[in-house]
Amino acid sequence: MLIVGELINTSRKSIREAVENRDAAYIRDIAGKQVQAGAGYIDVNCGTLLDSEAEVMGWLVETVQEAVQAPLCIDSPDPKTLDTGLSLARFGQPVINSISGEKERYEAVLPLALKYKAKVIALCMDDGGMPVTAGDRMRVVRKLVPDLVCAGVPMGDIYLDPLIIPVGTSDQAGSEVLETIRRIKAEFPEVHIICGLSNVSYGLPNRKLLNQAFMIQTMTAGMDAYILDPLDHTMMGFYYASQALLGKDEFCMNYLSAYRNGL
Amino acid sequence: MILDDIKSATIAGQKAQVENGVKRALEEGLSPGDILDNGLIAAMLVVGEKFRNNEIFVPEMLIAARAMQAGVRIIEPLILAGERKYVAKAVIGTVKGDLHDIGKNLVIMMLRGAGWEVVDLGVDVAPEKFVAAVQEHRPQIVGVSALLTTTMPAMKATVEAFVRAGLRENVKIIVGGAPVSREFATEIGADAYAGDAGSAVEIAGGLVA
Repeated sequence: MLIVGELINTSRKSIREAVENRDAAYIRDIAGKQVQAGAGYIDVNCGTLLDSEAEVMGWLVETVQEAVQAPLCIDSPDPKTLDTGLSLARFGQPVINSISGEKERYEAVLPLALKYKAKVIALCMDDGGMPVTAGDRMRVVRKLVPDLVCAGVPMGDIYLDPLIIPVGTSDQAGSEVLETIRRIKAEFPEVHIICGLSNVSYGLPNRKLLNQAFMIQTMTAGMDAYILDPLDHTMMGFYYASQALLGKDEFCMNYLSAYRNGL
Repeated sequence: MILDDIKSATIAGQKAQVENGVKRALEEGLSPGDILDNGLIAAMLVVGEKFRNNEIFVPEMLIAARAMQAGVRIIEPLILAGERKYVAKAVIGTVKGDLHDIGKNLVIMMLRGAGWEVVDLGVDVAPEKFVAAVQEHRPQIVGVSALLTTTMPAMKATVEAFVRAGLRENVKIIVGGAPVSREFATEIGADAYAGDAGSAVEIAGGLVA
């Protein structure tokens, strides 16, 4: 099970300001809090900074690593920015966020995954567009996973992201993802499955309820990694509770430590 | 009154009732333009307002739009036979590299509901394609959507393509999408930022007024 802390992203106002002011203390603080709250990986995304993305990525990676010794999830569509971030990541095995079945992206990102022996988040989409059904996603998965493995990425380093569509605009969107997870687990049991938890609730009120319910449902179906806000206590509470209830927390030790850490 | 029935049925997303109401109104001798303006469009303006105020949510807006479209389908042939004018014209698309269409489609639906003629360029639209569409359709407004931090640079490229083509002064460019902000719109030289589909209609209306 893996939690990627999502907070260091320049599309968030406070991070954008911290980057503009080169406020390293703020970045270090957010990184530290996320690790303390249970994040195993720290996502770093500065995609909103049009012209200086690679440079800012470098600064963020260095700054985060002054505070925590956690491995990083380098999050960018730009191969150059990914390269910069990966080259500076010092702790553990980094994650690339993301590769996909889109030809251009696949060809640009794959060499980086091999060069840095990184884990990869692989989006279940190709040049055919956004997937709608479980079948659409599995068509991509059945090509993408063998391609990555043949190229030298170990099966266990692949994190498939089924891509979450809001249930408010497509009422079968949640169930299609749950079905996708079950099929991936059946066909590629060693591959991991990851997603972000905010898309699903777009356009509906009480978004947190939907996000939380979706985490529990996807985890029950076999998802084993999440990109989320680890400072969200309720979400983290459900995370530990679900792990324990699904028999994935030996002697409920993680649940108990979370309790003792104040959750 | 029949127009009020059409309006409230549209707001409630009751497709069959809207269809019946429109047919009945035509039988009673109301003009297609009257039904459109004071029944269907009036309803969608209320829907946009309620949406902006968080009184209703995306699925409710979708179902209302579906009901409106069912009504429009009945009167469209009659309207097209007449001389009815659109409010104005807009060309809308999601930028290159971005396949998200939900926000864009909501904006299109709301604009059409408000009486606009809209050319939908779809998703993954290259800057040159936006420019070509403006040359072809001559709209007053260009709507540009991006839902990823990673495709926001393509918005800037789109605005720049209009400058290069010498067409920047001919259109007003509105940008929108989850990661986009008013500051970003200003930074890349767009004319306006719209935070949701309801305000997009209001802002577009303001820009052509």
